Amino acid sequence: MQVPGQFEYQRATSVEHAIGLLDRLGDTARLVAGGHSLLPMMKLRLANFDYLIDINDLHADLGYITAEPQQIRIGAMTRHRELLESTSLKEHFPIFADAERVIADPTVRNRGTLGGSLCQADPSEDLSAVCTTLDASCVIQGSAGTRVVSMEDFHRGPYETAVGEAEMLIEVRFPLRPGGSSAYEKVERRAGDWAVVSAGAALWLRNGVISDARVGLAAVGPNTAGIPEISALLRGQEPSEELFEQAGDIAARSCEPATDTRGAEGYKRHLAKELTRRTLRKAVDRIGERAQA
Amino acid sequence: MTTIENDQKPVGHGRMLRKEDPRFVRGRGRYCDDVQLNGMLHLAILRSPVAHARIVSIDTTAAEAMPKVKAVVTGAALAEQGLAWMPTLSNDVQAVLATDKVRFQGQEVAFVVAEDRYAARDALELIDVEYDILEPVVDVRTALAPDAPVIRTDLEGKTNNHCFDWETGDQKATEDVFKRADVVVTEDIVYPRVHPAPMETCGAVADYDRIDGKLTLWSTTQAPHAHRTLYALVAGLPEHKIRVISPDIGGGFGNKVPIYPGYVCAIVASIVTGKPVKWMEDRSENLISTGFARDYIMRGEIAATREGKILAIRTNVLADHGAFNGTAAPVKYPAGFFGVFTGSYDLEAAYCSMTAVYTNKAPGGVAYACSFRITEAVYLVERIVDCLAYDLGMDPVELRLKNLLKPEQFPYTSKTGWVYDSGDYEPTLREAMRIAGYEELRREQALKRERGELMGIGVSFFTEAVGAGPRKDMDILGLGMADGCELRVHPTGKAVVRLSVQTQGQGHETTFAQIVAEEIGIPPADIDVVHGDTDNTPFGLGTYGSRSTPVSGAAAALVARKVRDKARIIASGMLEVSVADLDWVKGAFQVKGDPGKSVTIQDIAMRAHGAGDLPEGLEGGLEAQICYNPSNLTYPHGAYICVVDIDPGTAVVKVRRFVAVDDCGTRINPMIIEGQVHGGLTDGVGMALMEMIGFDEDGNCLGGSLMDYLIPTALEVPDWETGFTVTPSPHHPIGAKGVGESATVGSPPAVVNAVVDALKPFGIRHADMPLTPSRVWETMQGNHTPPI
Repeated sequence: MQVPGQFEYQRATSVEHAIGLLDRLGDTARLVAGGHSLLPMMKLRLANFDYLIDINDLHADLGYITAEPQQIRIGAMTRHRELLESTSLKEHFPIFADAERVIADPTVRNRGTLGGSLCQADPSEDLSAVCTTLDASCVIQGSAGTRVVSMEDFHRGPYETAVGEAEMLIEVRFPLRPGGSSAYEKVERRAGDWAVVSAGAALWLRNGVISDARVGLAAVGPNTAGIPEISALLRGQEPSEELFEQAGDIAARSCEPATDTRGAEGYKRHLAKELTRRTLRKAVDRIGERAQA
Repeated sequence: MTTIENDQKPVGHGRMLRKEDPRFVRGRGRYCDDVQLNGMLHLAILRSPVAHARIVSIDTTAAEAMPKVKAVVTGAALAEQGLAWMPTLSNDVQAVLATDKVRFQGQEVAFVVAEDRYAARDALELIDVEYDILEPVVDVRTALAPDAPVIRTDLEGKTNNHCFDWETGDQKATEDVFKRADVVVTEDIVYPRVHPAPMETCGAVADYDRIDGKLTLWSTTQAPHAHRTLYALVAGLPEHKIRVISPDIGGGFGNKVPIYPGYVCAIVASIVTGKPVKWMEDRSENLISTGFARDYIMRGEIAATREGKILAIRTNVLADHGAFNGTAAPVKYPAGFFGVFTGSYDLEAAYCSMTAVYTNKAPGGVAYACSFRITEAVYLVERIVDCLAYDLGMDPVELRLKNLLKPEQFPYTSKTGWVYDSGDYEPTLREAMRIAGYEELRREQALKRERGELMGIGVSFFTEAVGAGPRKDMDILGLGMADGCELRVHPTGKAVVRLSVQTQGQGHETTFAQIVAEEIGIPPADIDVVHGDTDNTPFGLGTYGSRSTPVSGAAAALVARKVRDKARIIASGMLEVSVADLDWVKGAFQVKGDPGKSVTIQDIAMRAHGAGDLPEGLEGGLEAQICYNPSNLTYPHGAYICVVDIDPGTAVVKVRRFVAVDDCGTRINPMIIEGQVHGGLTDGVGMALMEMIGFDEDGNCLGGSLMDYLIPTALEVPDWETGFTVTPSPHHPIGAKGVGESATVGSPPAVVNAVVDALKPFGIRHADMPLTPSRVWETMQGNHTPPI
């Protein structure tokens, strides 16, 4: 059994309470949500904090998936399992179920949260890639109120976010647009492993022409990355294998993978291309299936 | 198999649910970490963060000053007691705590004893060690370079990293055959370093009683008796004052054969403090410091005729033994049983030369269900035979059928001197082909290849050599590998059988009850199996190398027959006939020709302990003991067929089907055998596709957690399709052979052969494990690199 160093522990009773504690304790304190990244790091003594503020009691306030006409709002404490099982997300963003099915295992999914995943800012993290693909924005609350940050600005490097010392992520918002679908593909060495590479794609069609498309990649750079050049290429075009091949080529050359135990750089670039093609294809297929249904 | 099929109630061999499982499935197993004693202290070990360094100084002042800390011990303190070094199972020495240098990342440097586990761990952070970093020897291929730093400066006069040389077979005869062969195929084949990674890590609770001088040691050991004797020899404690208890073990796979520094530290700590001391390593400690497996770099060569008759096999091996030679193998076999690399084939000659070297990595070598290195041997021969099939353009099954040993050749003496006891190989391979639908699979593959799909069919045929071993050949540090066994039948006809071997999940409490039941007719439910406690069991060498059934299983059958022989004499008195006039009908003696006149084994047990008369000169009681010295190893065999699909776009390998036909002679409990096979096949898929303990250029271990060292889950393996043939061992009393490691030995080549077969359109003849998606993709691009 691996044991962490000593720390003090307190359960927050409200968002304001948690922020107040963070304000008082500064960088010696850390929020713990699902704990599936933080606690192993503490047990390995890669992370040592004097205080842990447990926000699991805030699930009642921050565990929700709310569909509105223009957007879907998801509370930061929403668990992986709730994302996987949401009928609303299945309808609007099938990419969520694709990704959730390959995130860790049921034990982790029962506890891990959307907010925890994004705040961990692991470059290989699946939900970050999903949020990048869906052009999400993050609602951050501090003692002075809330602010909204785009995914591009939210992640500032590996394990670094825009969330300040006395702030917390409380909600993630996903814009809703008609005529679209999405998909996620991941290559892993074993079920439940981190991605060697994964890709998400979201695509919108109007009269058979791509009105917009977004691709997000994980595990090929310091953060999950959206690729504007692909969006620019696809807009106004009819979907085709040749087009997706070109999109894949852009993905392969715009990412920055490194050789490590999960795979070689060349292989990862290849996967960026292959998975970009596959997810774009699947998103288009899903739009077609929905139209038929 | 459904539970109902398995839940028969055989009075002897047959399917039955395991007697030990109710406590495991209800969470009532009692493992080492469950041992709680009054006043028990906790020990934590400080380990080296670097692979090779001189220890300049160690400052323990701050750690000693911490509340709850009772002792901080360094190598220097142990050296004062002559305990800083201990012998390994291979007649090398290993540091208990480093004194001069650290020689691998994770090596033991100091330990703390404290009132709880947290305090002990926290105190480690306060020990200040100054290291003078030395250049590490990481790449085994350059370990013997003239300018390589010398790791074992502790050995008098040592000027290089050479560990040992070893050879077997006939070099000259093999050369001659190679010269005249039509076809010679050479391939470099690497079996990377892997780790057994048992679910339960290693640990111990030492309780030294200062009044009566007795040490009780609960420890995670597969060989409690051997450990007791070694502690007596190392620590100078009298052997009768040492009791080693091996409680429930959460998986061993050879990882729990060696004596680790942590066990010795716990003993020293208990002697020093006068209190019980518990040490349980964590997951990372287990992965980075305890017995690894494999790490053989093999050049394989095979010579054959144009028609595919295999003539000879030759191999040169470079073996990475890590910083200390901690291999656990019989003394005369420094490379274990690698000598069976001639496999299941009728050869004219064979030769192997091996060089073993020291590197700045953890010690070990024999572990992970390897049957003393037969895993490496079988992988080599089954891979090189497939390379030959590739070059000859022959179907790998056809090539094997052409060369398998014939039943009339047994007992067969191999070109490296191993005497295979029995075998009938072709029916086993035919059975695997039948279950797999081999011809149909080849047709499907041909169609798929036309469509650009990547489907592979891999075959392996293995012969194992298990059940070490005959005393004349085999010992571990001078201890002969014979096993004792005691059987005692109580007055009411219930029995207790005491074994020297120790289960780690293999189901001994059931299998051994069934072996005894078969011989004396007492139901398995009425037979208690006692093991894992040196004070309560006879001496023997423990469980590893699939030796429990071949050695202790034979002992259990023979001791039961001894009891039956005595029961026959008592029955003759009870029935007033001569012993020659009695028939044994399982569970009772009957008068010949008069079945109505009989006495049961229970009647006899009561008479043996009762007040009534016994035949003249016979002592009361119904019990016996034995020490069984096997006359030979047993040689189980098997034929495995694996079917894989590879996604051409991502290079991800999916194992679609796996057919395993095993021949382990007489099958005692088929359900337990199938369970063993399922586990071993899962191991094999893991090694073939994902497992590897790698190192960076500084000697940092890259497999130090289960996030980095991947082991397979149910999602990576198919539904196993098992079958069997039965070729009894001629020398084992019930004809049984070992089976515990067969699947781990036989499956990696089947999986690799399948992947390589799938990649045939790319002109691929060989690819090294682990076949991760990235490595498969690189291979498809023509960029395959060995995993070193």
